[in-house]
Amino acid sequence: MAHVQTENTHGPGGSAHGSLSEYMVGLSLSIILTAIPFAIVMSGSLNETASIVLILLCAVGQVMVQLVFFLHMNTSSEQMWNSVSAVFVILLVMILIVGSVWIMQHLNHNMLMGH
Amino acid sequence: MSTNRTIVTEADPIFGRLTLDSIPFEDPIIMTTFTVVAIGGLGLVGSILYFGKLKYLWEEWFTSVDHKKIGIMYVIVAMIMLFRGFSDALLMRSQQAVAVASESGAGYLPPEHYDQIFTAHGVIMIFFVAMPLIVGLMNIVVPLQIGARDVAFPFLNSLSFWLFVSGALLMNISLFVGEFAATGWLAYPPLSGIEYSPWVGVDYWLWALQISGIGTLLTGVNFVVTILRMRAPGMTLMKMPVFTWTSFCANVLIVVAFPILTVSLTLLTLDRYIGTHFFTGDMGGNQMMYVNLIWAWGHPEVYILILPAFGVFSEITATFSRKRLFGYTSLIWATICIMLMSFVVWLHHFFTMGAGANVNAFFGVATMIISIPTGVKIFNWLFTMYKGQVEFSAPMWWTVSFFLTFTIGGMTGVMLAIPAADFVLHNSLFLVAHFHNVIIGGSLFGYFAGITYWWPKATGFTLDETLGKWACGLWTVGFFMAFMPLYILGFMGMTRRLNYYDNPVWNNWLLVAGAGALIVLCAIAVQFYQMFASIRDQKSNRDWTGDPWNARTLEWATSSPPPFYNFALLPEVRDRDHWTDMKELGLAYKRPSKYQRIHMPKNTWAGIVIGGISLVLGFAMVWWIWWLAILSGVAMLGAWIIYAFQDDKDYYVEVDQIEAIEKKHFSNLGRVGESVTEDLESDAVTISV
Repeated sequence: MAHVQTENTHGPGGSAHGSLSEYMVGLSLSIILTAIPFAIVMSGSLNETASIVLILLCAVGQVMVQLVFFLHMNTSSEQMWNSVSAVFVILLVMILIVGSVWIMQHLNHNMLMGH
Repeated sequence: MSTNRTIVTEADPIFGRLTLDSIPFEDPIIMTTFTVVAIGGLGLVGSILYFGKLKYLWEEWFTSVDHKKIGIMYVIVAMIMLFRGFSDALLMRSQQAVAVASESGAGYLPPEHYDQIFTAHGVIMIFFVAMPLIVGLMNIVVPLQIGARDVAFPFLNSLSFWLFVSGALLMNISLFVGEFAATGWLAYPPLSGIEYSPWVGVDYWLWALQISGIGTLLTGVNFVVTILRMRAPGMTLMKMPVFTWTSFCANVLIVVAFPILTVSLTLLTLDRYIGTHFFTGDMGGNQMMYVNLIWAWGHPEVYILILPAFGVFSEITATFSRKRLFGYTSLIWATICIMLMSFVVWLHHFFTMGAGANVNAFFGVATMIISIPTGVKIFNWLFTMYKGQVEFSAPMWWTVSFFLTFTIGGMTGVMLAIPAADFVLHNSLFLVAHFHNVIIGGSLFGYFAGITYWWPKATGFTLDETLGKWACGLWTVGFFMAFMPLYILGFMGMTRRLNYYDNPVWNNWLLVAGAGALIVLCAIAVQFYQMFASIRDQKSNRDWTGDPWNARTLEWATSSPPPFYNFALLPEVRDRDHWTDMKELGLAYKRPSKYQRIHMPKNTWAGIVIGGISLVLGFAMVWWIWWLAILSGVAMLGAWIIYAFQDDKDYYVEVDQIEAIEKKHFSNLGRVGESVTEDLESDAVTISV
């Protein structure tokens, strides 16, 4: 973003660059978190509820890994806007997920979808 | 048209599903259009080559990363698409005027053609007219309003524009090669699934929206960063001009909402291409999930379209009332409220799909609440005008017409927000009248007001006032005549998207609506003539000061059009209405003692090349030409990698060049008040659109 206004930068540009080891840790964590859901589904060893819960947990973990290791988010004060937008996005994603689940439950119940 | 055509289901290794039979030779309407477009296109290309302008266009426009030029190109493409979208509207209005059983039978458009027309009309007007108009205005205005020299990511801006163009082109290709979706503008499954739409129409829809949608998403990222990080020193958030604020909120909505569109489209694409079951009726799929997702994007989209228009009206009302905007803070917070609340109302688009009373009540109440901050804004503008010295110039005409029209549209919206009423009114022409009322009377009038208001800033000369007022008057009268009958027809039980009806009572109102559409046609003709006449007479309309309206915000501190670097020295902002403040303190139009060199981005081929290849990719995917799809995908990636490894992306504008440009501007300032005849004789006019 510093293409244009080098004379007018407003402090550091938000996030630091990570080290190679940080990227490697991130990469292996994200691969593990992808492999677990695959293994659960392919082996079919867990019951349905446990599978869904585990897959969801892995998805949330995956998001965290991406944010921390690849987008270098942390709670330092230079990242005020990053933190604000993270809170905002989490709020909206929760609204969308909870809202959708609520709506779809009603619809499935009333419209007998999948029954 | 798919009915009398052999649909290829086995893809040829070379041509995919594309055969000679894919071109609708037998349809006179399409073939005539094709001939006209082909002749016009060849004429345009021919004249560009004949006058040797290709190099100029390539170097100054197509590869430009200048936000002002990209903004102008957005507006030009939008006006061209408006022409097509409005042609579709006229086709529908004329079809409905004649397609009554007792009169002349089924009209002149067969159902499968009519279905494509109303789908294309909706898609074009939202994605390829309203979106580019507002993105174009943001491009032209926002960096100037915040005292920046360009957007944060100039190359990305160019790429966004060319991805959008390529989506628009793909959409237009569907008119002549194959078919377009016949599903309605949001393509609900199961109708849009492979089973019920087996040919290429929905695929054109998917890829045109996917490509241009990614362009829009990149624009959103770009502008959020630009507004947060590149404001001039001293411009705190609460000193930002209102248009920048509303654009900021709209871009936040883009960043949050457009990924939902991308994902929904992708899932539907997977359903159609590789046989997944996200939105099918079996194997755990659920069509209602698609409706849920598409509106979780679709409702914020409505506010993406209207919020910047609110910003336009705020700037115009304050400028032409010669007063500071009434209740700036309340207006900003109203905007932020709308931004947040636009994510908790999406179910009101499908009250009747079968959710329970609790769900419908929650979303109904939320919808009524969101009208409150919108109402707050109306009062902000009215109180700004109150006791102001209101000057009724053309932008103000659009604004007042907006107050009238949008208030009616908002109230019918609150009616539709009552779930019980919605069960009666849904899917009827009442709904059609409502959303045209807010989109035309709200968003579109706002864009036209904005174009009139900022036209001199972008081009260096004003638009013809009288013609502008005529356009506004005709649009307003035409709008009311075309859409008020639809409210009545909705009450009379006429549903939307009918290409044939057997109730003669409806016919009279549809004839009135048709006449209204013809008045709108006149209005659009006046608008095009207004632009033509103003370009022709630009020497007498020239704006030497850079501030033709005696306006209040920072963009008017530059010359018209601004130099490519916008500000020779970045301003120190002290006040919300910074330009007014400068004028009052006598600091305006002062030549600084010395300049510094300016760091600027270079033009790049990468935006147009990657965007162009994305068109090939989209076309190949639509027709299942897999080798071409892979090739163009690799080519896009390759072009991007080559661009990423280019070192030569920026340069410095040296002080002597800046001094020369600024000197010319300050000598032009001295020409203010020169008589028209002298202007006509001058040869200093070098800027042309």
